Amino acid sequence: MATRPSSVSRVQACELKGAGFTFTVLKVFDADPERIARQVTRRIQQAPDFFKGAPIVLDLQAVPEGDWDLSTLVERLRALDLVPVAVRGADGAHEQQARTLALGVLAEGRSAAGEPRPTVVEATPTTRLVTEPVRSGQQIYAKGDLVVVGPVSHGAELLAEGSIHVYGALRGRALAGLRGDRSARIFCRVLEAELISVAGYYRLAEDVEPALRGQGAQIYLDGENLHVLPL
Amino acid sequence: MARIIVVTSGKGGVGKTTTSAAFGTGLALRGFKTAIVDFDVGLRNLDLIMGCERRVVYDFVNVIQGEATIGQALIRDKRLPNLAVLAASQTRDKDALTQEGVGRVLDDLSREFDYVLCDSPAGIEKGAHLAMYFADDAIVVTNPEVSSVRDSDRVLGLLASKTRHAERQDGKVNEHLIITRYAPKRVSKGEMLSLQDVQDILSIPLLGVIPESPTVLQCSNAGTPVILEDKSEAGQAYGDTVARYLGEARPLRFVEEEKGFLRRLFGG
Repeated sequence: MATRPSSVSRVQACELKGAGFTFTVLKVFDADPERIARQVTRRIQQAPDFFKGAPIVLDLQAVPEGDWDLSTLVERLRALDLVPVAVRGADGAHEQQARTLALGVLAEGRSAAGEPRPTVVEATPTTRLVTEPVRSGQQIYAKGDLVVVGPVSHGAELLAEGSIHVYGALRGRALAGLRGDRSARIFCRVLEAELISVAGYYRLAEDVEPALRGQGAQIYLDGENLHVLPL
Repeated sequence: MARIIVVTSGKGGVGKTTTSAAFGTGLALRGFKTAIVDFDVGLRNLDLIMGCERRVVYDFVNVIQGEATIGQALIRDKRLPNLAVLAASQTRDKDALTQEGVGRVLDDLSREFDYVLCDSPAGIEKGAHLAMYFADDAIVVTNPEVSSVRDSDRVLGLLASKTRHAERQDGKVNEHLIITRYAPKRVSKGEMLSLQDVQDILSIPLLGVIPESPTVLQCSNAGTPVILEDKSEAGQAYGDTVARYLGEARPLRFVEEEKGFLRRLFGG
């Protein structure tokens, strides 16, 4: 009968222990599996033995958001004799896909080298800045706030999911809170707009008090009423 | 390489062709080799204003379609040896113009001339689009009147997005404003937009103001570019405009209401 280490009791079939391993991390910047495969192949050719059968972790944090297939990438890597074992920094859909492919999903945290992970940049809507005059017939759309430095002409249209700020004269149309944000506001230094709207509530030029025309103004929604106040 | 200048406005009848003829002639008077190209295919006018309508043999469309060389089609001005006109075809329409063909003709002209003026048709469709597409500079002609100003504004938007410079992102078209048919008397009566009103809306540099003047019509009918009438206010105003384009400082003239004899005498 073979001797066993004394620490292992006979009734135990296994034991869970934490351990740190060094993995090769493949940082992916582009979701094109063919390009990745080509570049990895080149690296492997430099040190074939080192990479043969090497377990690798796919770091997907830098991949631009979008619809792409993780399984194709995994297949390509397996064909190159690599063993993808886990993903890191994947978005929701690709995390799900990784689980279906029986890959581990590594938690956020520090990488093996101990360097702090860069913070995940959320695709939060940012402010769109327009420095040229907005001409008649032009339409400007902002996913967040919209700031226009110059004038906005008659027949031009500003559309923003957030608030709108116009530092020149506002003569065209301005529609803020386009997707229903009732807290969005419109600010302008010279109000001559054809139409102003917040979250679908609108006023035409002729419904704006004449005293306010040509003045600096802010437009906001209070309940069902679209208010125009001098600045 | 020549500088390509488009003379455009959006609205019709504001003085594009008058300005093209005067401005082109003005550049030639200053010694620059200048060609003026009529892009208003089907509504040919430039040759009349330039007084060369009896000498049109081949036109712009003939050159684009390879039926004539540029040398055969160019009409040399009889008054100024370094001025030439390429007439539009009267029997065709704007569809006869192609971007590739226009580009080729402008390239050919660029080799021989210092300035090539493209006299745009009204509107924002194909003819106007092709007239502005290759431009380095744009002269936007506007009357002090709301619809003209709005159309010019629209055209300025297109100049910023639908030109070769915009598409290649290799710089932008330099925009210049010329206000024509300006009548200071009617401005002070409130019947006409003021210079300030127009500039507020368009916010581009003002190159010149051409006063309303009966000489313009007389010159058109006579086939003389108005800039050659150097005794007339309109002619002098175009002269100033060309000088400013070439970088000279000139004060604005003919923009104040003319004072009566006595008030002028006593500086009232």
